[in-house]
Amino acid sequence: MNAGQKLRAALDDPALATRLLDAIRREARELPPVRFMEVCGTHTVAIRRAGIPRLLPPSVELVSGPGCPVCVTPNETLDRAIAIAELPDVTVASFGDMLRVPGTVSSLAQARARGAEVRVVYSPLDAVRLARERPDRRVVFLAVGFETTAPTAAAALLAARDVPNFYLFSAHKLVPPALAALFARPDFAVQGLLLPGHVSAIIGADAYRPLAEERRVPCVVAGFEPADVLLSILMLLRQLRTGRAEVEIEYRVAVSGPGNARAREIMEEVFVATDSRWRGLGEIPQSGLSLRPEFAAQDAGRVLAVSVPESSEPAGCLCGQVLVGAVRPTACPLFGDACRPARPVGPCMVSNEGTCAAYYRYGG
Amino acid sequence: MKREPDNDLVVHDARVELAHGSGGRATARLVRSLFLKYLPSPALHELHDGAVVPIAGPLAISTDAFVVDPLFFPGGDIGKLSVCGTVNDVAMCGARPSSLAAAFVLEEGLTIAELERIVASMAQACAGAGVSIVTGDTKVVPRGKGDRVFVTTTGVGQVLPGVSVGPRQIRPGDHVLVSGPVGDHGTTILALRAGIDAGLELGSDCAPVAGEVMALLERIPGVHALRDPTRGGLAAVLNEFAEQSGTGFWIDEASVPVSPATRAAADILGLDPLQMACEGRFVAVLPAERADEALSLLRALPACAGAASIGEVVAAHPGKVVARTRIGGERLLDVFEGEPLPRIC
Repeated sequence: MNAGQKLRAALDDPALATRLLDAIRREARELPPVRFMEVCGTHTVAIRRAGIPRLLPPSVELVSGPGCPVCVTPNETLDRAIAIAELPDVTVASFGDMLRVPGTVSSLAQARARGAEVRVVYSPLDAVRLARERPDRRVVFLAVGFETTAPTAAAALLAARDVPNFYLFSAHKLVPPALAALFARPDFAVQGLLLPGHVSAIIGADAYRPLAEERRVPCVVAGFEPADVLLSILMLLRQLRTGRAEVEIEYRVAVSGPGNARAREIMEEVFVATDSRWRGLGEIPQSGLSLRPEFAAQDAGRVLAVSVPESSEPAGCLCGQVLVGAVRPTACPLFGDACRPARPVGPCMVSNEGTCAAYYRYGG
Repeated sequence: MKREPDNDLVVHDARVELAHGSGGRATARLVRSLFLKYLPSPALHELHDGAVVPIAGPLAISTDAFVVDPLFFPGGDIGKLSVCGTVNDVAMCGARPSSLAAAFVLEEGLTIAELERIVASMAQACAGAGVSIVTGDTKVVPRGKGDRVFVTTTGVGQVLPGVSVGPRQIRPGDHVLVSGPVGDHGTTILALRAGIDAGLELGSDCAPVAGEVMALLERIPGVHALRDPTRGGLAAVLNEFAEQSGTGFWIDEASVPVSPATRAAADILGLDPLQMACEGRFVAVLPAERADEALSLLRALPACAGAASIGEVVAAHPGKVVARTRIGGERLLDVFEGEPLPRIC
């Protein structure tokens, strides 16, 4: 076993989990009922896959946040991507999850079945390669994701300066402004945040300090093994009991205070923050990334102008409220019957990282 | 004018051309110089429209189409896969596989060297599994109309006397065995496609398991159900069993063997090894009183050294598979919807 595999085995030790759960129970006894939000979709999956909610004392509740990139992408963005895919000589490339998400009237997968060329790629660089191989096509990479994926999209665009038929359609979103928007909601009642591990590896834990201080909310950047999550919950409880509201790092193997300066530089070289619309949260100032003007010639949003009819959300779908932790997936009248992974109505049931899909798959 | 004899075994063509699928001289040359070179079955060398094979008793038959990208991967290739997949499916019916038919759809432009590598690999897999390819067909599609090579194989075998396996035989109280670590094939393929295989000793488990299954069936009477966890992995097989038998399954996740490399790659990709395909494993459901004996028998076979008892059949929660997680929690073990995709968060 290499070092990583040894660490993994140590984290998998059931005895460690038992000790952490005991400590969590002791801390929770000292506190009124608390509600923590796991912000990241990968955490939602890890938590439900390990069956953590039922192991926690009843006074410690976890709710899922707006941390699934596919889910927070509003229908308007999807509708525009589909319209772009239907332009002549255009190939749209994106991550697989995006294809099945229903837009207002159709999905990218349905557009593909109608004859549009839509390709699944595993990395933005695959889309650049596709553009090099297919000079007769305008290859548009539909870039979704948070600060985790934005640097790779930026690097791909920098690598494609000599590939004029490569375009980027940026639907990237930024996590800290969304968290600020959540706390600005009058009905938002969460006493601690489990912060995303991968996003924080890029932006650094320091990026959340203003939020922690201003809103007096304990924050812990968490890793993804069950033991990481349990330890992070314990750290949040201890902050609450001792009256602290700090940003602590549990996921020390990957995350530092300042984050990854090189990745941020690349991001800043290519993107500029812009106001952006989120499913569930609406328009949030400076919460998206658009291409800088010097990249205008490869900005699909500018070059490939499409007009789409007004977008709307599916009737009865509560994805918007699920994404802000206001309702649990199981409270949605469509959950499990009208909306399931085989026939999703909303994006939270499509994506691997979607809250509804995680509840459906691992049990609510 | 001297005509080049059709028996000339030299392949001049570096790549597959449309003519190779025309049924004319180029096809004959390809068949003789490549397929017959590697595949020794006398029935195939008859070059008849089909093959006559002797089989007594109930016959198990299975067919499968194989498409895989990349064609060659650590631990196997599409040729080996196409033999093992069908051999294993026949074995899961409780039958000893004996003969295979193979059909190839080749895309114009595939190199002959690649095709040769695939056919040689099929021959080797056949030898390992004790089966012969007795008949086949080759078609060529124009460039862009296929993905290099598609292989379809059909296999037959004689059902072992007295053996009757199927999910309807599954009863509450039965134990569930798996023949080795799960998820290696699917995880390896996805890791290769995503370009994260470097530094991980990943490899497909692609292998015929008919010999091991026959050993189990011959020595342990009363095996209730067998299935190889290919697409959808262990999770799909257990859910199919639960649904088709009207029972529930209870699985202890910590007991399910997963290789460290597959676990690491699956972690990176955000995938569950229990939902990833195997190509050289099988799941057996059998009465509790036979489970220990069956497990010792399997573990004594080199290919099944990693076999494990992973859970049992219960009357509670019919149609559902519940797993006890490593940290003592509980979760549903559901079937993956669509294609497993790497996470982006």
